[in-house]
Amino acid sequence: MSIKEETLFDASEITVSMGPQHPSTHGVLQVKLKLDGERVIDAECVIGYLHRGVEKLGEAQTYGQYVPTLDRMDYIAAVSNCLGYCETIEKLLGIQAPPRAQYIRVIMTELNRITSHLLWLGTHALDIGAMTVFLYCFREREEILKIFENYCGARLTTHMFRIGGTQYEIYEGFHDQVRAFVKDFPKKVDEYETLLTENRIWIGRTRGVGVISGKDAIDLGLTGPSLRGSGVEWDLRKAKPYAVYSDFQFDIPTGEKGDTYDRYMVRIEEMRQSARIVSQAVEKIPDGPIMAKLSKIIKPPVGDIYHSIEAPKGELGYYIVSDGSTQSYRSRIRPPSFVNLQALKKMVAGHMVADVVAIIGTLDIVLGEIDR
Amino acid sequence: MDAIKEKFGSEFVKSYSFIGQNNIEMKKDRIGEIMRFLRDNTIMPFSYLVDETAVHWPKDEQFEIVYILYSFEKNEYLRAKTRIKEYESLESVTSVWTTADWLEREVYDMFGVQYANHPNLKRILLPEDWVGYPLRKDYNIRLQDVEWVRKHLGIDSGQKYYVGEARHEMPDYRTPQD
Repeated sequence: MSIKEETLFDASEITVSMGPQHPSTHGVLQVKLKLDGERVIDAECVIGYLHRGVEKLGEAQTYGQYVPTLDRMDYIAAVSNCLGYCETIEKLLGIQAPPRAQYIRVIMTELNRITSHLLWLGTHALDIGAMTVFLYCFREREEILKIFENYCGARLTTHMFRIGGTQYEIYEGFHDQVRAFVKDFPKKVDEYETLLTENRIWIGRTRGVGVISGKDAIDLGLTGPSLRGSGVEWDLRKAKPYAVYSDFQFDIPTGEKGDTYDRYMVRIEEMRQSARIVSQAVEKIPDGPIMAKLSKIIKPPVGDIYHSIEAPKGELGYYIVSDGSTQSYRSRIRPPSFVNLQALKKMVAGHMVADVVAIIGTLDIVLGEIDR
Repeated sequence: MDAIKEKFGSEFVKSYSFIGQNNIEMKKDRIGEIMRFLRDNTIMPFSYLVDETAVHWPKDEQFEIVYILYSFEKNEYLRAKTRIKEYESLESVTSVWTTADWLEREVYDMFGVQYANHPNLKRILLPEDWVGYPLRKDYNIRLQDVEWVRKHLGIDSGQKYYVGEARHEMPDYRTPQD
């Protein structure tokens, strides 16, 4: 949307600070909005309230010790963080996790993708005014968290995987519990859709809001559902298959217009696809060890490596520089939310204040990951 | 790769591959031009800047700036690297990829790398009044903590710190106040 030339320097322009204590900013994000009446002219994000120096910590902790720290970045998709880092170090060491561990990893990561999308859907709908969806989403999310809890004892910051494989063998009844969940889940997704997809209020609040074209999305470095919503069919699980994703059948949903509604549809479909991957994986878990043969002290060779995975929010990359010691020389994390949030400024220009909430929601940000 | 060598022969330092990942190292002077060429060339257009970051090597050319690029057409990653000294500035690539804006601000925030022609170069994760650049190897994190406690809480933290404690034993650029 374009802004009229004369309003740009008009005296009626005011600055409103949204956040950091605001329920719709999903954490401690401050957005300084420049308003003309109720229309947003410009927005500036103030971030860093949750900065804990995760990258610096990586230089002080050993490779193994660093993994639980990373779970605290994107705390609602901790399994993805863990998988990305473990794979990076494995690649650097030149080892591979055994197939059984790889399958467990895929199942857990995809279940985690579902929890992340469910939390997104619940809070996004709540921001826009649909309360019921939130309760429904948390009902299903609970089922997955129970599986996580049975598997490793933790629900949120799970620390499930280790460098070289996984720590825990799957528990008795795991297959049944997962099967039961993925069998029911697509029906539950249909249920969310009956509440939202054709809801006139929902369409009114999301159609044409925060439109971004595929070209702009690439230029801004958007990844994940935010990129696919703009019609770019790109998913690291297909483009650069890691773990054992090449063994499974799944589709990459894409949108057309690149608005909030399209991104909503993409994430809804992704949940179905994740359930599809899990249902294939759970039938095929091979027997064998869950941990690769690996010395107790991890000392990768001197060199650097970049490895990235498709986290629920987008491309989560790790750039590790090793100097041959037990600690990394530099641990750079490329967080998807940090880069995605940058698009906010472009997306909100010309919209109403109420749409800012919808656009922050649609970007699916986690401040723990942005600030690190 | 050959196209770059041909076009920017004088800028080229080396190219190598490590664990199947391609790296090129260039001189810093014409980095903006090189990046624009990498984005716009027809052989392998890198339309997506995945990440821009830095690594601190406390020797003469201190900062290694790493650009991680991705080409959708060829499904390839490439790491382009360049090195600069302290107090030297590097051309910003924000005009090439918009996404570089925040990434460069973070590099400035954490390493103190100065970018020329950046639209809004200020701290992003740390507060405006922060002293020092934490991801440098010579950054004394304990001394920083002691000073913060003293300044904001008015007490002694009791934390022990040594000048030159950092991993590479660089002389500390901040000396204790008392």
